Amino acid sequence: MRATRRKGENPVRIKLSVNGIEHPLEVEPRTTLLDCLRDHLGLKGAHAGCEHGVCGACTVLFDGVAVRACLMFAPQAEGTPITTIEGVTPAPGELSPIQDAFVETHGMQCGYCTPAMILAAHALLADNPSPTREEIVEAISGNLCRCTGYAQIVEAIALAADRMRGANRPSGQRK
Amino acid sequence: MSTPHQFRFVATDRRVREDRRFVAGKGKFVADIDLPNMRHVALVTCPHAAAHIRAIDKSAALKMPGVHYVLDGAELAGATLPLMTGLDTPKVPRRPLAFETARYSGEWVVAVVADTRAQAEDAAEAVEIDYEPLPFVLDAERALEKNSPLVHEAHGSNVLLDKTFVWGAVEDDFKASPRKLSLRVKWGRSSTVPIETFGVVASWDPWREILDVYASIQMPRYADQIGIALKLPTSSVRVHYDVDVGGSYGVKRGIKHTVLCGYLARRLGFPVRLIEDRLENMRGGDAHGPERLFDVDVAFDHDGIVRSMKMRALENLGAYAGRSPFQLGKPIGSIVGPYKIKSVEYRAIAVVTNKTTQDAVRGFGQAPTNLALERCMDEIANVLGLDPLEVRRRNLIRHEEFPYLIPSGTLYDSGNYETVIAKVLADTNYDDLKKERDRLRGEGKLAGIGIAACLEPSGGNATFEALLNPQITTSTFMDSCRINIDGVGAITATMHTTSSGQGHETLVGTVIGEVLQVDPDRVRVVRPDSLNSLPSGTPVGSRMAIMLGGAAFHAAEKLKTKLTTIGAQDLGIPLERAVYDHGDVYDRQAPSNRRSWADLVTIAHRNYHRMPEGFEPGLAAEHIYQVPTGGTLPTPDGRVQMYPCFSFEFHLLLVSIDPDLGRPEIVRYRLGHDCGTQINPKIVRGMTMGGIAHGIGAALYEEFAYNDDGQMIAQTFMDYLLPSSHEVPPVDIVDHETPSPHTVFGQKGSGESGYLGAPAALANAINDAIRSLGISANTLPIKVAQLGDMIADARGRKAAE
Repeated sequence: MRATRRKGENPVRIKLSVNGIEHPLEVEPRTTLLDCLRDHLGLKGAHAGCEHGVCGACTVLFDGVAVRACLMFAPQAEGTPITTIEGVTPAPGELSPIQDAFVETHGMQCGYCTPAMILAAHALLADNPSPTREEIVEAISGNLCRCTGYAQIVEAIALAADRMRGANRPSGQRK
Repeated sequence: MSTPHQFRFVATDRRVREDRRFVAGKGKFVADIDLPNMRHVALVTCPHAAAHIRAIDKSAALKMPGVHYVLDGAELAGATLPLMTGLDTPKVPRRPLAFETARYSGEWVVAVVADTRAQAEDAAEAVEIDYEPLPFVLDAERALEKNSPLVHEAHGSNVLLDKTFVWGAVEDDFKASPRKLSLRVKWGRSSTVPIETFGVVASWDPWREILDVYASIQMPRYADQIGIALKLPTSSVRVHYDVDVGGSYGVKRGIKHTVLCGYLARRLGFPVRLIEDRLENMRGGDAHGPERLFDVDVAFDHDGIVRSMKMRALENLGAYAGRSPFQLGKPIGSIVGPYKIKSVEYRAIAVVTNKTTQDAVRGFGQAPTNLALERCMDEIANVLGLDPLEVRRRNLIRHEEFPYLIPSGTLYDSGNYETVIAKVLADTNYDDLKKERDRLRGEGKLAGIGIAACLEPSGGNATFEALLNPQITTSTFMDSCRINIDGVGAITATMHTTSSGQGHETLVGTVIGEVLQVDPDRVRVVRPDSLNSLPSGTPVGSRMAIMLGGAAFHAAEKLKTKLTTIGAQDLGIPLERAVYDHGDVYDRQAPSNRRSWADLVTIAHRNYHRMPEGFEPGLAAEHIYQVPTGGTLPTPDGRVQMYPCFSFEFHLLLVSIDPDLGRPEIVRYRLGHDCGTQINPKIVRGMTMGGIAHGIGAALYEEFAYNDDGQMIAQTFMDYLLPSSHEVPPVDIVDHETPSPHTVFGQKGSGESGYLGAPAALANAINDAIRSLGISANTLPIKVAQLGDMIADARGRKAAE
């Protein structure tokens, strides 16, 4: 019953650098980066929402920049460091300051868009440790959330920024 | 019932325990479930609005790589029963795959199973289907006409429901009223569109005869419906509730998906998975919301006091029924909103058309009804030259009038609407807001103030079913909780449904912690599968704080009583002298005479000789909670106690429209919200803000638009626009707590808050803004392009005058 594979389905060998680890992989060339992360590497924190580049639920960091993993083929990601939500979680059971801030403000409900939101926040705060509300709104405007109306997400990112700035101040000077 | 300040954990600002797994990307969503040998389903859909299926050629698809099976509607219809529907309409059967006739563009016709999703999708393209296109109807009013094409010929018409209720002396009240007004309002076809699409994995074990189902589900009687359709004993369907659902807000019903996958899993002998892509989610997934045309007549006096209302609601159901017609029924339970309208005539008509099938959407028909009522209140103010806020104030039910019986038979539990409004206005001076509007107008903007005052019926009863279909005699909509204190003293509670972001584990932990006076974080909350579960009505109808909270409360109370009784017996004192104190029990007359939690656990689990006579060993309790005020059926004249609790929300906003662009900008948004005691304020606020965002979408952006050929043209997130962070303004929420007398902590529901009034408030603001041009906007969504054209035309006409 099995027919021969069609052109385009012949697997190719690639190497992906994900969360600091090199992964040699064999994938169909048409495999998206999102499917590759989820199905080949078992990194389920990136989620499929629309698979046409609008909702942002599949966001990962591509050399530190928030990109949509559904719009890129896995072979195109070769040679660039990729960070997923699993890569920003410090240790099992431990949260990063941004993750903790999202919990503190309850910047989520169903949790489906959340890893992507947190990665978008990581990308923002890496470049801009003191974002204004408008800058936060802009930074997450490519990530749709249907549950929250964004208010507690914006607050989470502002809180994380505040805490992370505070962490770098000498003790006694935290506001 | 207690007052808020007496609580230790309830109504305090505590973290939501579910959040930790989500921020780490460790939620367990259905697409994360990989079963060994799992295969994937892709669907072939009908390209016509209506068509006979003449022939299906599967041969090319079956030769494709990785393909295992190609299933058509004839085989499935022969092996399964039609899906359960709410109305008594046997000639309108609904099945997962079209059988002989397809009735909307996008309806599933064939399912292909292959090793990978990509292979299944490739093969789906190779299935050849010969269709004979049929006449079709898209518009609800056209569907009512005698010569309309019939969506289901055997049914004989397109009307599935046409029921008129008259509560009170409507004709007399109309005759006696000096002023009348008629308004036509349309709620456009949109939905909740969660970011996670619906998905299901089904796996059949022929040796145990169990169908395991993992699904992103939010559906009452889900396991029952699957079992019945698949002709399996329902005890052979095991639905796993420990699956995180990536948003639902009503629509994740998925019966047809699950029957399809369940059948395939049994037929093929391996697990089968169907995850909707975005197009399937928005089209063939049957998850559209109401599309409703209202014709409202109101009778009132010169002071704006509304005496009577006639409302005709015409619902465009799409091709099949499901539960969706009931969305015309729930609003009966608050048909007069927060107002003292003495008599009401309500005609509910539901027709089938050749559009996608609907399912339940946040509010279950309440948001459209609120839109119609609140638009009327503004128009009454307009024709009388009164202020719209003042007109509402004159009609509001007063605090001292509760409990308040409305004409359709529901007794509202409690409310303090005038105080909520006063609190909002204490911070946003209404006159200042009007000055700001007038200042914007002076700058050449079209600016308007929008108000909506409305109710959120909560607690979820199902009596609208019996009201619209007398064959149904359901008078309960229960929920349940079971608690076990194990032999070492750890507490584990079970809840018996999935959640889609509502924080139910936090709810259960908080309630049990409150009752047993232990840190809620010590209470483990788990979700067994459906075969290990007590009955649950699932998180619909804004009910879980009331119903699951109530069940957890009573189960915990039973345990507390048991612990106290054990302690009293062991201390050798009468029960009245025993005091339960953070898990210990002591003698009121000699407080040092006490038994610790560990002592009590030891007695219950190991020292049966020390137990009170007749007690079961161990420390377990369960409670199945009946809906407060439930238990009655409608009267013959169509009156019924619908839901037990009624939350209130008051929206006040200012919109500014650049007349050249037509884009409404929300300049100010303030909300007064009263849902009684808030068990977790973070959760309530999030739900309310999310509801407002969803309401902004329904009012301004989101529509499943169809072209004249019957094709749904909003097929992606580039055509169906969900509000992003840019479209949702900051909202000031002012809380007030009027406890419900019917619930254990005074809580009411909040799962639909915000959404129930935001569209009405926005529509009112836009109409206030454009009224000076002599135009009105009563069809939602009021899209930027259409509003811009309307404004341009009106200005053109004015310039020509």
